Amino acid sequence: MDEPLVAIENLTVRFDDRPVVDRVSLALHRGDIITIIGPNGAGKTTLIKAVLGIQAATSGRILRAKGLVIGYVPQHLSLESTLPLSVERFMLLSGQPLAACVAALERTGVSHLLKASVHHLSGGEQQRLLLARALVRKPDLLVLDEPAQGVDINGQAALYDLIRQLRDELNCGVIMISHDLHLVMAATDKVICLNQHVCCSGHPADISHDPAFIETFGRPVAESLAVYHHNHNHSHDLSGNVVGTGHSGSANEHGECNHEHH
Amino acid sequence: MSIIDTVLNDFFWRALIGGLGVALIAGPLGCFVVWRRMAYFGDTLAHSALLGIALSFLFSLPLNLGVLITSVVLAMALLLFSRNKTLATDTLLGILAHSALAIGLVALSFMPDVRIDLTGLLFGDLLAMNRHDLLWIYGGAVVILTLLAVLWRGLLMSTIHEELARVEGVPVERLRLLLMLMFALVIAVAMKMVGVLLITAMLIIPAATARRLASTPEQMAALAVGFGFVAVAGGLSMSWHLDTPAGPSVVVTAFATFLVVYGGAGRFSASRPA
Repeated sequence: MDEPLVAIENLTVRFDDRPVVDRVSLALHRGDIITIIGPNGAGKTTLIKAVLGIQAATSGRILRAKGLVIGYVPQHLSLESTLPLSVERFMLLSGQPLAACVAALERTGVSHLLKASVHHLSGGEQQRLLLARALVRKPDLLVLDEPAQGVDINGQAALYDLIRQLRDELNCGVIMISHDLHLVMAATDKVICLNQHVCCSGHPADISHDPAFIETFGRPVAESLAVYHHNHNHSHDLSGNVVGTGHSGSANEHGECNHEHH
Repeated sequence: MSIIDTVLNDFFWRALIGGLGVALIAGPLGCFVVWRRMAYFGDTLAHSALLGIALSFLFSLPLNLGVLITSVVLAMALLLFSRNKTLATDTLLGILAHSALAIGLVALSFMPDVRIDLTGLLFGDLLAMNRHDLLWIYGGAVVILTLLAVLWRGLLMSTIHEELARVEGVPVERLRLLLMLMFALVIAVAMKMVGVLLITAMLIIPAATARRLASTPEQMAALAVGFGFVAVAGGLSMSWHLDTPAGPSVVVTAFATFLVVYGGAGRFSASRPA
């Protein structure tokens, strides 16, 4: 296999002596889509900021491929209303020529908004603009922080679909944070469940059975995910009860996890 | 003598030329103050100017230089303190602004042989502008406008989204520092015009007025310069005809322009559905 775009080795980030990211390792190759899920305060954003290179590590190493171009799609664009800015101007600030900017906007389906003010975009339009802004730089690695936030449910599926298509077109790696578990599970190669440390990781179909996952997200979520996979991936023979029976209280089998029980 | 000398020998023309020079740099810089919500920061630097003046007398430095150095030191201190998040930024600014002003006043009172016009320092003495001041203003204008032109894209990007800018390789921290140094410089040169208590007004009011009519950042900066010119010219003629203090008259004119632009535009937009 080719060398990874980004490799994280034993990364720890502490704020005031409290580990926010605790000994996390991961490697991301071209063509991978890795999704980070986890409860609030699990260190997801801190982890991707470390990947982006805008969060210093307390210990551990982050290796980036030489000349790596990162396209970053932040959670949202909280623009000061005092700053007048059109979609066109925002795209041109990337330093890329207008034709490339228009092409990127076309690809994400918002080229008709070229002359619109950035302040008047809907949540979905804003996300597509930010995606186009990342795209126009021809990234090797696409980093997205909750890309579907503020997007309606149909739009969410379309957006994750688009991200997958872009991965194929650009042959880039994708790492994203998401709360949309159903959609994530369908659109991703590898899921990392983060709760400071890597709680569990693996293929989406497997992870919903993982006791540590059930522990973190609760049984209903895990069950609904299992059902979801049953409906959409018929290679699975899932009774729907596999998760429900025989696993109660088994979370502690997962050796490395030390979860607090409140 | 040449026409230039004739013009520069007249106090009114000197005031006008100096005021227009300040408006030229206050316009674009004021936009950044508004965009980055740094109004209180500008106020703090301005208040520290009085301390700078006291120190200038103490070490017999030129006033502008003393003010510049004090503002730069304070800007650095603020940058360092703001990393430590124990105190909210506005609390920190409030402490430093008024402490610097008070220390400046106390320090000046210890120098009885120094005769200074306190009102002039606090509220400006535009009509007393001399050739030396003009040199400072236009020297500062060249430096600031050049820096802004070169750094424009990076400054704009880091104002729009700091993290995105950082990922794209914009040296966000260095630009923030340079912007603060530019504020320090504009305060050092504008102090004579409107005084330490009113400098922030010259930064904010023309920029805020311009926002109403601008649809790009560059337009807003250019319009802010224009509204600054209107304020200076209008304020000086008000001062001339009504015998009012020049600095405050400039600010009053700026405010009147702001009201007219927002009132006028408001009437137009009221008929449109929001």
